[in-house]
Order: sequence, then structure tokens, then C-alpha cells
Amino acid sequence: MIELTKENFEQEVLKAEGLVMVDFWSEKCEPCKALMPSVHDLAENNAGKAKFCSLNTAGNKRLAISQKVLGLPTIAFYKNGEKIAELTKDFAIEDVEAKLNELA
Amino acid sequence: MSEIYDLLIVGGGPAGLSAGVYGSRSRLKTAILQKGKPGGQAATTSDLENYPGFSRGTTGPELMGHMAKHAESFGTEILSEIVVDMELDGDIKKLKGKSGKEYQAKAVILAPGAQPRSLNIKGEHAFRGKGVSYCATCDADFFEELDIVVVGNGDAAIEEAMYLTKFAETVTIIVIHDEGILDCNKASAEIAFANPKIKWVWNSVLHEIKGDGLVESVIIKNIKTGELSEMQTNGVFFFVGTVPNTEILKGKVELTEHGYIITNDLMETSVPGVYAAGDARVKYLRQVITAASDGAIAAVAAEKYLAEEEGFKERVLNAKEPLMVVFWAPQSEESIAGVSTLEKIVGTKEGKVKLVKIDTYRNQRVAKRYDINVIPSVLFFQNGKLLDKIYGVFNENDIIEKIATVFTES
Ligand SMILES: Cc1cc2nc3c(=O)[nH]c(=O)nc-3n(C[C@H](O)[C@H](O)[C@H](O)COP(=O)(O)OP(=O)(O)OC[C@H]3O[C@@H](n4cnc5c(N)ncnc54)[C@H](O)[C@@H]3O)c2cc1C
Repeated sequence: MIELTKENFEQEVLKAEGLVMVDFWSEKCEPCKALMPSVHDLAENNAGKAKFCSLNTAGNKRLAISQKVLGLPTIAFYKNGEKIAELTKDFAIEDVEAKLNELA
Repeated sequence: MSEIYDLLIVGGGPAGLSAGVYGSRSRLKTAILQKGKPGGQAATTSDLENYPGFSRGTTGPELMGHMAKHAESFGTEILSEIVVDMELDGDIKKLKGKSGKEYQAKAVILAPGAQPRSLNIKGEHAFRGKGVSYCATCDADFFEELDIVVVGNGDAAIEEAMYLTKFAETVTIIVIHDEGILDCNKASAEIAFANPKIKWVWNSVLHEIKGDGLVESVIIKNIKTGELSEMQTNGVFFFVGTVPNTEILKGKVELTEHGYIITNDLMETSVPGVYAAGDARVKYLRQVITAASDGAIAAVAAEKYLAEEEGFKERVLNAKEPLMVVFWAPQSEESIAGVSTLEKIVGTKEGKVKLVKIDTYRNQRVAKRYDINVIPSVLFFQNGKLLDKIYGVFNENDIIEKIATVFTES
């Protein structure tokens, strides 16, 4: 998975072609960390379907807010730079997989 | 078919983890099925300072991490799985996971805990993750130098509000009671009143959350005057109690009308071999320590259940020879007399007929299963099959006659 920052977010997500999945997380968010191993598995098993990225919101707060993300965990899907879907708070890895398959 | 566990535990919060410690330490093959990482609600709070032995500075994730490691150190498996359905009747209980896997066990402990209650205020659902939050540790970072609102005034609400002041510019607590009255403990109330970042709105409830993509303001209703007022804010945190995660248990074990699992002091539910522990059951105090206590009791009760079931199977159901099971109790003279009559007869049979005594005072479950409502009562088994029974007082001849007619070789 690609680690996003203020510096590369535009290039990797907003100017990217095709489907991009962004996992918003932070060190303090226990549910995010609980989800993380299965997100990484998902990315590995579906390589090619989308570009998989993660954004640590600590230190990138303004960037997250600019993406209208103000709560964790959140997983957002972008297509050709536009946010087209989002899962937030109560979701399981199965929901992420279903969304990915629907959009890919 | 998958392997059969002695004990499966649904939920890996403090109740489930403590049950895991006790279960695996007494050598039961034990697994916890937990949605994601273990720890439960307790892992979502930063300051957890009232679990005895862990004082100031202890955090929820830290304490729960210790509990999970402790359970694993005795052999508890912690499996990442969401339980979506279960079959609890019968000797072997079956749990179905969201992954499609099925798990089997001889005994089950239900410890699914609870989740934050939502008030279903206009905007509450739409702005989840957009400024509406139920988890301070998850989201506090976002609100550095911003203004937020907290709804609720119990222990959790005031403690989480205090934590949020480390990040936010102001924390406005909306309280339904008259000025100065909070539901939380006195010590927390005093500290909160002294905190300059905390502002109070009394006699009020939240009426609506508004915004455009993200939360921008809330409408507050004064319940005394009915007046509505709008206040600018960036976030709304709800701490207004919890609801039990027992949706999937409806129709499987007995629940109250609010969905809490009903148990007795041994944590037994309405289904034999199925126990409940923690926030999901009917109880007076929902805290980490009481959840852990429930888990310990449930695991010990489950262990005893397994030993009794195993014992009955071995001595009665797997036995080939003719065998009588007598139900008695130390308080009943008649049943004691009945037992000695049977012992005398068995003595004359030179080992061809066996006798198994069940003290109904200590083991009610087997008695219930065979509808034993009076003692003494006698059941006649051969090759593990129930052939006949006598309910109530009997004499020597009744028994001798039955033995002659019921058993094929005696
Ligand atoms: C903000 C907050 C602050 C608190 N502060 C304190 C404090 O300072 N001190 C204190 O003692 N207590 C505190 N509490 C209360 C304490 O956290 C709870 O009483 C305790 O966690 C209950 O434990 P439990 O094991 O019963 O359930 P939970 O902690 O709710 O754990 C249940 C677990 O089961 C899982 N689960 C549910 N259904 C399923 C399913 N179908 N399949 C798989 N897994 C499932 C859930 O994901 C969860 O992880 C606080 C609670 C909150 C919300």
C-alpha cells in the first residue's frame, strides 16, 4: 500500500486515473488498527483492481478535513480524482471488499 | 467437519477475555471469536483508572492488551470473526461466522458487550464520521483548536469530555438537568467544573445537527422554555449510554424487552451449556471489573457443566450393562431410604446391574432433562437407552419386578 502525505496526496489520489482506495487511520484509533491487517490482505489479494493507499491523519489533519473526513475509521474510494464512495465508522472488511468489487 | 472446542466465547472485551483466562487455564480447549482486535469498549477510552491494581495513567488499550496476552498465554485462541448466527440447542453448539466458517463447541459464553446508544437526532446519522462521533480516542485529534459539543453527563460523558479538552479549544456539555446537577460521580464533576475549557448548557437537549458535508452547527432546545437556539460547532460527541449487541440472540436465549440477556448468579442463560457475561446481560454495574468478574464465573460454571455432562455420558449413556439411575437429595429422607433399598438389591445381582446416584441438589440439569419433579425417582438404562422409569416412592418389590421385566439379561 502507498503511504500518503500532504505532499503526495494530490499526485497519488486527486490526479490519478482509475480507482483509488484510501484507508484513513491514526495511531490512536483502535478500530482502525484492528481493521488494518485485513485491509492489507485485501489490497494484496486484489492487486490490479485499484490503487491501495493509506493516510495517517495524525499530522495530516487539514488534508483529511479537506476530504471531508472527520472521523475514523474511514475508507474512501476515488475515481479519476473524485470521491465516489465512502465507508465510515461501523463497517467490516467484508463491506470494504463488497464496495471494491462493486466499483472495480 | 471442523474441530470441536470445549468452550467458545463470543466477544473479546473484558468479559470474554477474562472467561478466556479462566477457561484455558483449567485446560478447556477455548477460543474467542471477536470482531477485529480484542478489547471491546474498554479499549476505546483513554483514561481507565478504576480497575484495581492499575492506577493513574492506565489507558484502556493498555489494560485490554494485557488481558488479551494473559488469555493467550494459557492457550486461548483469539480468532478474528464476526458471529452472525448460532444454533445453541443440543449438546454441540454451532456458531456461524461472517467469513462463512462454522465453529462448534460443547459450551458457549456470550459476551458481545454493548455499543453507544444513538439518539436518532436529525443529522446524527448523516454526519457520522463527519463531525459526529462516539469515540473520543478515535477522533479527538481532528478537533485540535476547534469547538465541540458533548451530549451526556454520566461518568463516561464527563470523563471523555475532560479528555477532549486536551485537544479542542472549547467543549460545551449539553445537560438535560438543572444547573449544577450531573449524573457522574462527584469527584469527576468537581474536576470538570474547574476546567476552563468546559462550558455548560443546562436544562437542554440536542435538537438537530446541521452542516454541509461536515458539521457546522447544532440546534439546542431548552426543555424548560421550549426555546430553540443555534450554536456554531465543529463536532458533536455522544455519550448517552449503550445498547446491548444482542440482535442476533433474539429467539435463541431469553432477553429482556430492552435486549439484555437474562442470567442467574452462575451466568447461566435460558439454554443449557450457554452462559452470558459482561455489559450485554442484565446487571447493576457495567464496568470493566464487573465484566471480568462475570467472565470468570461463566467460565467456571461452564467447566463444571462440561464435567457433569461428560460424567453422565461416561457412566450412563456409554455403559452397556443394565443400569439404574436414582435421583435423590440429602434433604429428603424418603430418597435416602430409596437409595439404600436400591443398593441392597444391586448387592444381590453380583455386578450384573449397576447403580448411578444423582444428587439433584447439586445437579439439577440432568434431573430437568428427564423431567424428574419428585424424588426419589429411578430411570432404567441398558446400552445407553432409557427403557423405563419410576417416579416417586417405591418399595423393594417394585424394583425387583421392573428389573425382571425391563432388562434383557440380569
Ligand atoms: C467511553 C467509555 C468509557 C468507559 N470508561 C470506563 C472506565 O473508566 N472504567 C470502567 O471500568 N469501565 C469503563 N467503561 C465501561 C466498560 O468499557 C464496559 O463495561 C466493558 O468494556 C464491558 O465489557 P464487555 O466485555 O461486556 O463488552 P465490550 O467491551 O462491549 O466488548 C464486547 C466485544 O464483543 C464484540 N462483539 C460483539 N458482537 C460480536 C459478534 N457477533 N461477533 C464477534 N464479536 C462481537 C465487540 O466488537 C466487542 O469488542 C467505559 C465505556 C465507554 C464506552
